[in-house]
Amino acid sequence: MFADYSSQELLAIFAMQGFAGLILFSVFVLMALGLAIIFGQMGVINMAHGEFMILGAYVTYMLSNFFEAYLPDLFGIYFFIAMICAFIASGALGLFVEWALIRHLYKRPLDTLLATWGLSLILQQIYRSVFGAREVGVTIPDWMMGSLPLTDMIEVPINGIFVMVLAVSISIAVYLMMFRSSWGKQVRAVVQNRVMAGAVGINTEWTDRLTFGIGCGVAGVAGSAFTMIGSTGPTAGQLYIVDTFLVVVFGGAASLLGTIASAFSISQAQSIMEFFLSGSMAKVLTLLTVVGILMIRPQGLFALKLRK
Amino acid sequence: MKPQSNRFMSMQEMVGFAILALLIFVIFPLILDPFRLNLFGKYLTYAFVALGLVLCWGAGGILSLGQGVFFGLGGYCMAMFLKLEASTPENTKIQSTPGIPDFMDWNQLTELPFWWQPFHSFTFTVIAVVLVPVIFAFIIGVAMFRRRVGGVYFAIITQAIAAIMTILIIGQQGYTGGVNGITDLRTLMGWDIRTDEAKNILYFVNGGLLFACLFAAQYIRRSKLGRILIAMRDQEDRVRFSGYDVADFKTFVFCAGAAFAAIGGAMFTLQVGFMSPSFVGIVPSIEMVIFCAVGGRLSILGAVYGALVVNWAKTTFSESFPELWLLGLGALFIAVVLAFPKGLAGLYDDFIAPRVKPLFDKLRSKSNSKDADFVGAPAE
Repeated sequence: MFADYSSQELLAIFAMQGFAGLILFSVFVLMALGLAIIFGQMGVINMAHGEFMILGAYVTYMLSNFFEAYLPDLFGIYFFIAMICAFIASGALGLFVEWALIRHLYKRPLDTLLATWGLSLILQQIYRSVFGAREVGVTIPDWMMGSLPLTDMIEVPINGIFVMVLAVSISIAVYLMMFRSSWGKQVRAVVQNRVMAGAVGINTEWTDRLTFGIGCGVAGVAGSAFTMIGSTGPTAGQLYIVDTFLVVVFGGAASLLGTIASAFSISQAQSIMEFFLSGSMAKVLTLLTVVGILMIRPQGLFALKLRK
Repeated sequence: MKPQSNRFMSMQEMVGFAILALLIFVIFPLILDPFRLNLFGKYLTYAFVALGLVLCWGAGGILSLGQGVFFGLGGYCMAMFLKLEASTPENTKIQSTPGIPDFMDWNQLTELPFWWQPFHSFTFTVIAVVLVPVIFAFIIGVAMFRRRVGGVYFAIITQAIAAIMTILIIGQQGYTGGVNGITDLRTLMGWDIRTDEAKNILYFVNGGLLFACLFAAQYIRRSKLGRILIAMRDQEDRVRFSGYDVADFKTFVFCAGAAFAAIGGAMFTLQVGFMSPSFVGIVPSIEMVIFCAVGGRLSILGAVYGALVVNWAKTTFSESFPELWLLGLGALFIAVVLAFPKGLAGLYDDFIAPRVKPLFDKLRSKSNSKDADFVGAPAE
């Protein structure tokens, strides 16, 4: 299959597909980070994670319309405000959901899975009733349009770079929160030994709620970033949820580094294969490989050594 | 929990089975018109899947979110046979290659793929309907349970398999019929399956098979194997330390669940007249879990009622209020988990069983057996 291309073309293809893979990687990382916090740290399966992401996307969409209509001068920077609002909206919904639903089910992980699936159906229907079944797109500010030519054959789109920068900064922020803040220390303590953490005075209930809320908030930011490169529909979240779960499981559930590494390998494999095979076969092969590796190594790439 | 006896069925369960049989074989055919009866037959095919889930999930503690795959494999095997029968050279003479299914012709295939060839034979098809999904389940089961993958991870991986299967079927249009599935099925060995009379007969065949599966499931639950499954669900390590190979039992029950689902899928194809990827993927697979959860994950009769009630509600509500249905389904997921983890069967146990129990006690004292009661049928 390589014979039809010259070596220079092949290089350009790999570079372009690699870059497309990097954008996919950024989306995966953004989505998976929230899930890695919730699933990895708390062991809660949140099937409605995609819908929290879509909430962020819709918040961005509404703010984009708002700024366009009332504050056109500030339109260039609306996106940063939208991200903060998306974090707050999804995070608040997350706190509420934890209080109303999740906290009753900590001992029954499989039931959480079903309950959050129900939640995702409800949220999808609400989005459909409020925003309509059709996909909506946001207006991208001028400075984010266009692309940077690197060589005469390779170009990179600016919004793609922006999403990548965002993914990197949010990853760093999550890392700092988890490993350099007192909240992160409490979360890790609760994960490792809930009873003992409670005994030394950590409010485990509140830690759980906050962790869930922050995980959902990060999903909201991911959704906000997602609007930069694609349109948003009521069921868009569901399309990504399996991929995202595989990313988290493949990386080793409790490891942030593993999540990033597995997001990278899955997205790169998929986007490079996509050029040579059909899109669906590329996806099938990638998922099959991941499932195959998980069968051989169920603990994922980077397993945390914990005494159970 | 009271100790269970080794008898195949308690008196109460026997009555439960009899009521269900009365409902399926007498009452439904009498009160429903042929169209509705066919619809109920379709619901009952989901009961096979729910029944498999009662064994896997309720008894074995293995939640599979990929039962749609087995349902689909069974259904596709049957659909392939029917499609080949429908695609005789006379019927397809307007195609550029007569004698192959129409979707293959549309996708520029000029000859039947080799793995379609055996589906000319009905005997092979009947065997394949059960065997293909079981082999597939066996491979998954051995790979996962040997490695002690369980619980949530197993659920996610089976869900991924359901996703892979759908993408594969849709992507390989020329071989599988793509997103439309395999449609326009006409006859089963020369017998037109589209007439009302044929649909009636298929309904009864379906009901008969369902009862065969119910008895098989009851047998599994009442055997020593069933006890080990429950022990495994509750204290896996202790069972392992007692010298049992946990993985083998899990694989077995997973395969049994797959076989039930596959029979359901094949009957679905026969009664509905087509098979498509929309019954294979993530969404249908997880809906199948809700049938089981609503009926009561511990009760095999509950599974049948669960499949009937949820599907009936789905048809009724989505005909008149499509928006409400999704909200209702979502709420059902949450309610059944939070408020009624034992589903309809649990409601029966709490509210109806105490009332009817004295009756059975009277009967039992006459027959002088020490049989203890167990989960019976939830009443409508």
